[in-house]
Amino acid sequence: MKYLLITILSLSFAFQNYPDADGILKKVDANMSSDTNITESSMVIHGKRNSRTVVSRSYGEGYKKSFSEYLAPAREMGTKMLKLEDRLWIYSPSTDRTIQLSGHMLRQSVMGSDLSYEDMMEDRKLTEMYNSKVIGEEAIDGRKVWVVELISKVEDATYHSRKAWIDQERYVPLKEELFAKSGQLLKRVTLSEVKKVEGRWYPTKMNYKDVLKDGEGTDFIIDKIEFNAEIPEHIFTKASLKK
Amino acid sequence: MLAIQLAYKNLVNAGLRTWLNVGVLSFVFIVVLFYKGFIEGWNQDAVLQNIDWEYANGQVHHPTYEPADFLSIQDAHGQLVDAKDQGLIPVLVRQASIYPDGRLMNVTVKGIEAHQNVVKIPTPSFTSDNKLQAIIGKRMAKAAQLKIGDDVLMRWRDKNGTFDAGNITIVDIFDTHVPTVDQGQIWMPIDVIWEITGLENEATYYLVGKQNKNPSTGNWKFHSQDDLLEEIRALIAIESFSGSIIYGILLSIALLAIFDTQVLSIFRRQKEIGTCIALGMTRQQVMVLFTVEGAMYSIFAMIMGSIVGIPFLLYVSGIGIHIGGISSEMGFTMGETIYPVFNIYLLFTTAFLIVGSATVVSFLPAQKISKMNPVLAIKGKQQ
Repeated sequence: MKYLLITILSLSFAFQNYPDADGILKKVDANMSSDTNITESSMVIHGKRNSRTVVSRSYGEGYKKSFSEYLAPAREMGTKMLKLEDRLWIYSPSTDRTIQLSGHMLRQSVMGSDLSYEDMMEDRKLTEMYNSKVIGEEAIDGRKVWVVELISKVEDATYHSRKAWIDQERYVPLKEELFAKSGQLLKRVTLSEVKKVEGRWYPTKMNYKDVLKDGEGTDFIIDKIEFNAEIPEHIFTKASLKK
Repeated sequence: MLAIQLAYKNLVNAGLRTWLNVGVLSFVFIVVLFYKGFIEGWNQDAVLQNIDWEYANGQVHHPTYEPADFLSIQDAHGQLVDAKDQGLIPVLVRQASIYPDGRLMNVTVKGIEAHQNVVKIPTPSFTSDNKLQAIIGKRMAKAAQLKIGDDVLMRWRDKNGTFDAGNITIVDIFDTHVPTVDQGQIWMPIDVIWEITGLENEATYYLVGKQNKNPSTGNWKFHSQDDLLEEIRALIAIESFSGSIIYGILLSIALLAIFDTQVLSIFRRQKEIGTCIALGMTRQQVMVLFTVEGAMYSIFAMIMGSIVGIPFLLYVSGIGIHIGGISSEMGFTMGETIYPVFNIYLLFTTAFLIVGSATVVSFLPAQKISKMNPVLAIKGKQQ
């Protein structure tokens, strides 16, 4: 009788009725995505001895178009970045030149941070690139989360698999881990300070950490964000880089 | 013959003045010979080392591969159809990152056959199992603080750009003068690289063995040994030129001393010049006498320089010149000890350079004799 009870309990845990992962990811998309957004943010790059903060204003339209202008520190001020589909241009005011990044250059770090240009270029929806499955429930900082496992279904995904911890109530990711083909953990993204902005929950602090490297990673702090704001079309042109 | 006899007697009688000139000129002779021998020794070592470690008997590059442009590596891979039949050794180049002690280091990974014998990379050290293993140079080992037997985490991308990672074991560390096969580089068995990247049987370039001097390459680019050595030769030529400026200055100082001595001699020996002409010598014969005197300084200098310099230079070429860690900091092939190379050609060209230039600077002030009035010269009047 005892063994039967254990077996029934084990089976009930094994076949727990978790919600559909795609449904969860769609709800996450509804919170995190918008047709357009205008963001003012600070990127805090933690070095071995000190940290430096890069302030920028960004305009985004869907996943395909974005334009960023760096406002501080003085050394980076005026640097602009334009992304259109899979192409990326950077304008440097010190040389008054615009260069297009391609190939291996996209794998370089953005201003010494733990983020690569390629990380910023990712423009496909997770549901298009990965098969997803809810594999468990956990708690992060007292909040219940779904643990969603994503395994790539396309050959050219940068990360073979991912794990995301999604807040069960607010439908925002609180943690994400990115894995190599061998299963080696490569990067960890921790999202916090979830606030309600224009009626939706949004994490305003993200920490990107290359786990293979020592250090505290890079904090990405959203100071101000506007969703579905009107953005003039000329912003997403190469001419705007030199303005 | 008379001019030579007279010139010899005049120089010997001049005493200290002669030996000072000869001493300075022989010092310059030894310095020039030493520097040229050093450059020649470096040149020969660099050529041999580059052939032994990197260039083999030439290389066949993928059409888009540019060794100096790391951005070209990503797409420069493919198969040369009959490479195996021609005995070409494939090398597949990829980029990766390693994390020794939590530090990120970007590296170039080169896959090479374990059984190759066209370059000196110690590929027999690869173990036969298909595990992730690597051979590195001592500069790379020092920079990454790795030793034989250490494991280090490496992250790379497969052919589709997907990240992969794993621990690689250092199975050997080699010592070479060629930084381009050492700094920032990791050598791994090509079978392993093919497997982990999915680029089966592909290469970025092929090494050409001794038995095949003209491989058929299709649209791949064949670079002969001479093509590949062009860069290092150009670099040595620049070094040689900058060295020639230094010894040019030294030589000028020595020649200035001879020039000065000649001007002074012609000024002070006007009576002698006039007497010679009065006794039947032509002005040209007197000019030749003074020119031979100047040239004879350099002959004496060659003899003195050879007596002192040749044993010294032979000794130096035997023990070499240790330049220590400087070589590992530089981005070009240079051993920690350079063995200068001296030969007859070098000796004669240097001697010719010094004798020739000493003769010219002796001739220039001697021209004044052709305009001298012999009567005024005998009276010792200034002209």
